[in-house]
Amino acid sequence: MKYIDEFRNKELINRLVEEIHHVSKQEIRLMEVCGGHTMAIQRFGIPSLLPENIKLLSGPGCPVCVTSRSYIDHLIALSKKEDVILTTYGDLIRVPGSSSTLEKERAKGRKVKIVYSVLDALQMARDNKDLKVVFAAIGFETTTPASASAILTAEKEQLKNFYILSAHKVMPPAMSALIDEGIRIDGYIAPGHVSTITGSHIYEPLAVTFKVGCVISGFEPVDLLKSILMLVKQKEENRPCVEIQYKRAVKIEGNLKAKALVEEIFTERDDWWRGLGILPNSGLSLKEKYSHYDAEKQFDAAIETLREDKGCICGEILKGIKNPKECKLFGKVCNPSDPVGACMVSNEGACHAYYRYRRLEL
Amino acid sequence: MCLSVPAKVMEIEGEMAIVSLGGTTYKASLQLVENVNVGDYVLIHTGFAIQKLEEEEAFETLKLFEEYEDFNKMLDEEEKEFRENKNDLH
Repeated sequence: MKYIDEFRNKELINRLVEEIHHVSKQEIRLMEVCGGHTMAIQRFGIPSLLPENIKLLSGPGCPVCVTSRSYIDHLIALSKKEDVILTTYGDLIRVPGSSSTLEKERAKGRKVKIVYSVLDALQMARDNKDLKVVFAAIGFETTTPASASAILTAEKEQLKNFYILSAHKVMPPAMSALIDEGIRIDGYIAPGHVSTITGSHIYEPLAVTFKVGCVISGFEPVDLLKSILMLVKQKEENRPCVEIQYKRAVKIEGNLKAKALVEEIFTERDDWWRGLGILPNSGLSLKEKYSHYDAEKQFDAAIETLREDKGCICGEILKGIKNPKECKLFGKVCNPSDPVGACMVSNEGACHAYYRYRRLEL
Repeated sequence: MCLSVPAKVMEIEGEMAIVSLGGTTYKASLQLVENVNVGDYVLIHTGFAIQKLEEEEAFETLKLFEEYEDFNKMLDEEEKEFRENKNDLH
């Protein structure tokens, strides 16, 4: 068992596709809310295998795409400080702020460093005691425990020069907000690795209150097709509920150790999402007790944020109302080497995935 | 961003592990998981193991094959019936 090849088996895929065609009668709209799913669905050409009555939509599942321009401006402002090393996951470096990007700032000689893990940022703090290391902490439930673990390590080691600027977010408020807005979604292909941490119960209100089914899916073609089949069966049998397809990685209770750690370090706050606006209790900030690690509180940074670019429809794309090919900028002024909107920057953004895998069809 | 990949645990030293991913080895923190042993497969996300993978469950998912035997037989019969009816009409 290598956990990859087995789930790309051609015969199994053909059989799943056959059953989906056989079972699916009604029109059904399924949304994925994980950038990894967006990529996998386009990469494996899943839409081309499905009958026409099954529509797949991409939702706000890429943290880079939903993060506000003012957050990028804040990072840029911090990177301009002489005594700061700004560390970030590579995903963020080319996202446009109001007048610059972290990549452009780095080219001007600012100390902007890409890290693969927050552990590397911690190491930089240990190695550069005379400088302040700020980590751009973005990501959903999957990523937050890593930031929490870093804070705990910094506390244990009494590191005085490590900080995070938190833009961590939680998924369920966004999933509910889309339904509340009246966007027709019959089922969610629920995020596999978010659920690895949270467990499956976080989706129960969606099934109970909104009658929207949720199937927690893995990322290989067999996983995705099986999850789509499970959602189609729920719809045909009129029994919306929460089910786990990705059982090899997701437990009902989630990862208790990681959840306890996040709860110790972070607290919920209202947060802004591109396309959705401010959603109550959808973001995470450091608890008061850990505010000495909070870059928001420990640094003065003057930020002036301009409005989003005209013509860019990232907001509507993130809600599944429009798809990338409906954007006038797509593939013309907006492309991966010169992106206008965040959905084209991040390789998990819907625009980037479309550009990479489906450009020739458009 | 939530990209996580399955990797095999090769060595454990305190809270850190050496994991193998398609033949390449990386360091990963075990701070977020419990009861992980050498030889287990874990999901790695941004340098942290976030969950131990369950082999039994993986096989269970792949067992779909067997379920499909019955389903395919059913489809074959439906098709046969359809053909026969069509022939009757002629």
